[in-house]
Amino acid sequence: MTIHSESVGIKIENVGLSFGETEVLKGVNLDIQPGEFFAFLGPSGSGKSTLLRAIAGFGPTPTGRILVGDQDVTTLPPWKRNVGMVFQSYALWPHMTVRKNVAFGLEERKVPANEIDKRVDEALELVDLLHLAERRPSELSGGQQQRIALARTVVVEPRILLLDEPLSNLDANLRVQMRRDILKLQRKLGLTTIFVTHDQEEANTTSDRMAVLSDGVIQQVGQPVELYDAPVNRFVAGFLGSANILDGEIQVMNGAPSFVSDKGLTLQLANQNSGKASVVFRPQNTTVLHDSQAPADSMVLRGTVVYREFLGSLIRYGVDVGGHLVAVDELHRIGRQHVEEGAEIALCVANKQTVVVHG
Amino acid sequence: MTSTTSTRKGFLRPDFTSAQWGPGTVAALIGMFLLFVLVLPVAKVIFVAFQDPTTGALTLNNFIDFFNASLFRESFVNSFYVSAMSVVIATMIAMPLAYFTTRFNFAGAAIIQTLGMIPLIMPPFVGAVAMQLFFGGNGTINLLLDQYFGFTVPFMEGLNGVILVQSVHFFPFILINLSASLQNIDRSMEEAALNLGSSGMRLFRRIVFPLGMPGYVAGASLVFLKVFDDLGTPLLLNVNNMLAPQAYLRISSVGISDPVGYVISVILVVFSLFSMWVSFLAMKGKDYATTQKGGGGLLRRDLKLWEKLGCYTVIALILLFVLAPHIALFLLSISTVWSFSPLPDGYTLDHYAEVFATANTFITNTLIYAGLAGLIDIILGTAIAYIVWRTGIWGRKALDFVAMGALAIPGVVLGIGYLRMFYDIDMPFSDVPLATWWGIMVIALAVRRLPYALRACVAALQQVSLSLEEAAESLGASKWTTIRRIVVPLMAGGILAGFVTSFATAAVELSATIMLVAKEDDAPLAYGIYVFMQSAAGRGPGAALGIIAVLIVGIGTYASHLIIERTKRAHGLKK
Repeated sequence: MTIHSESVGIKIENVGLSFGETEVLKGVNLDIQPGEFFAFLGPSGSGKSTLLRAIAGFGPTPTGRILVGDQDVTTLPPWKRNVGMVFQSYALWPHMTVRKNVAFGLEERKVPANEIDKRVDEALELVDLLHLAERRPSELSGGQQQRIALARTVVVEPRILLLDEPLSNLDANLRVQMRRDILKLQRKLGLTTIFVTHDQEEANTTSDRMAVLSDGVIQQVGQPVELYDAPVNRFVAGFLGSANILDGEIQVMNGAPSFVSDKGLTLQLANQNSGKASVVFRPQNTTVLHDSQAPADSMVLRGTVVYREFLGSLIRYGVDVGGHLVAVDELHRIGRQHVEEGAEIALCVANKQTVVVHG
Repeated sequence: MTSTTSTRKGFLRPDFTSAQWGPGTVAALIGMFLLFVLVLPVAKVIFVAFQDPTTGALTLNNFIDFFNASLFRESFVNSFYVSAMSVVIATMIAMPLAYFTTRFNFAGAAIIQTLGMIPLIMPPFVGAVAMQLFFGGNGTINLLLDQYFGFTVPFMEGLNGVILVQSVHFFPFILINLSASLQNIDRSMEEAALNLGSSGMRLFRRIVFPLGMPGYVAGASLVFLKVFDDLGTPLLLNVNNMLAPQAYLRISSVGISDPVGYVISVILVVFSLFSMWVSFLAMKGKDYATTQKGGGGLLRRDLKLWEKLGCYTVIALILLFVLAPHIALFLLSISTVWSFSPLPDGYTLDHYAEVFATANTFITNTLIYAGLAGLIDIILGTAIAYIVWRTGIWGRKALDFVAMGALAIPGVVLGIGYLRMFYDIDMPFSDVPLATWWGIMVIALAVRRLPYALRACVAALQQVSLSLEEAAESLGASKWTTIRRIVVPLMAGGILAGFVTSFATAAVELSATIMLVAKEDDAPLAYGIYVFMQSAAGRGPGAALGIIAVLIVGIGTYASHLIIERTKRAHGLKK
């Protein structure tokens, strides 16, 4: 099965939305390219699902504009949008067989009966579940229901595909398998896809680009690696993976900027504007200096080991550095010497592994 | 931002108004219907109660006259006494049954749950006559007592009879609510108390009792309300010095303009509202079941052999007592003569033959009336449920409130209201008053049963996850198509169950219909039983009709149970 129509992009212009007095989306702008696999990532309550539902036409009508392709769909009812959506709960109709479920959208589009049969077969073939066509949804496993929900959505050849936390009801192993399958399907059909998730691993592994949302505002848009390596603010830095974040202020004296943390720790930095700022570095980019010298272009932090956690592949140390608790990850190997709690140690972070964010 | 001047609420945006037009019109039509068949008749009754019968001026004299007449004062006290005592007796029957089934592991639990519901499938007034054969002054029990011990017990004398019949009939309301309450208690509640050192009676008093209380009060107030409003039972037992029979007798003998009927109606409505309010207060904020995950009910323990025997004996005695009306009615329906003897003198099927030969109209009428009423109820119920839970139409809550309000209106009051409202209005194209048209009975039945059907429809709709509808809409189905292809099919089981409940209870309704029956050809089964039972010779055929009524209700109830179970299974809702 292939999608016959061209891939279209999605434009979100200054979209705002409230439930009563609560503002859930605040002036969201976004440009999603045709054929792109795009993820909305954020904690619960960040507005990511609300934004997705607004694109599908559910919930209160937002302010601003939503364009699918060149068409303004902001005020269109859901059934006039031709936007495919896969629901978190799959929303398979329990009173219909699998075949009836998948045929539904085509029937609504007044497709001739013999063509419906053909296309339903193709769609079920696509998700490898043609043999279950006459079953009821309640007789299928969670993973199978998920595939049927996908087939039901893509069979109508929607202009775009919206996935609302599609993997959250599956167990861990199946989730990894399904996200690969979904990505494969998306590449095959070339469908512009938005994937909502609160799981950064899902977003990182599947999406071409992603948007991190918090408090109804898009914090940053970009490729997963870009967002991880170069977060633009404290929220994104802290939300993606674990990070050491030292809050403080940058003072420029005699052209040389220096960072003074809230707890009084001073660090030398290159080329920064003065003002409130945070220094961000990742635990795995921080090394413990076991007797060795710190390399050039790096900063050295001295502190006391407060805790030590053995995580299997890693040993994580919590180190009190001038009142800041800094996490350090060391890869574990057989026979590796671990530093004792209470030991005084020196840590080292290369300058290029350090990111400074303002706000 | 300036381009969107309209409000944020989607349903007021231009593109969505068309989607709201349909439901809006339907809501308005239902509202009009309820206004004419429920709100206005009741308002009229209340208004007339405060009106001087000759001048029409507003006055309290009717109430003063009412309370000055010793018969009416006595009726008032009697109604109150009978209702309160019925609650007490019903509690004594229901409490041990509920406790046994939720606390102990034993097979009797299933028997109680099934047999305990059986009284509900018989209209109480049908049981009333049969009860006299067992418990009356010359009934089986007293004849035997007199013969062997030389004394008798006035079980059925006057008010005692009403109390006995009513509590035997209505105790399942307490049993159902109390068992549900106890079953919904999270087991860890009790375990936490045990863990903290509480046990035995203290545990019961401080944890189990308070948690079970809301269910008990809800059930008890329902029993009080039902008994207070009931007309058929006292009428058949010939106990006329109670409120509902007085209202009926005044209207049917003195006439439609007699103010006493209206005054009594107001009192009945006030007490109904009062008991509903008590029940509401009891349940308010105490829906413990939904705030806890798990549930599981009380800790259960196994019984020792002698305990088991004790339990079974108590249960057997209670159930024998509770099923007495059914047994007696059945014996009466196949007896040649049954008078001044513990058991009938001989057995025959003649009464059934007679009933099928002469009383077919009653049966057909009942099937038609109850069928139509059930149909009206599920159509209205489905529409109101959808309007209230799925649209943002203004006034939707009021619609729900009015429809549910029918619960508080006793059948007698509705009957009087219809007589008063529709007597002066002629049927189109004829000079027959609307109040005497058989259709008005159908409407009365439909209004009275609407709350049950509405609850069933709402429950069914709430089972339908919103995302099932959204999925259809995003695949191109409009609101109407979604309702037709997704919502209604998924609700079908609940709707059908609602129909059966409405049908089965409407089939044995007497209080509103007895006031509205204009000629015997139009009369339903319940009225037929009432007429038969008035004469000694008619008691056999009356009992046969009663058994037919019980069968209709019983089959209906069982069918509704099956339908609900089957849809649950088919939709995979059942674990």
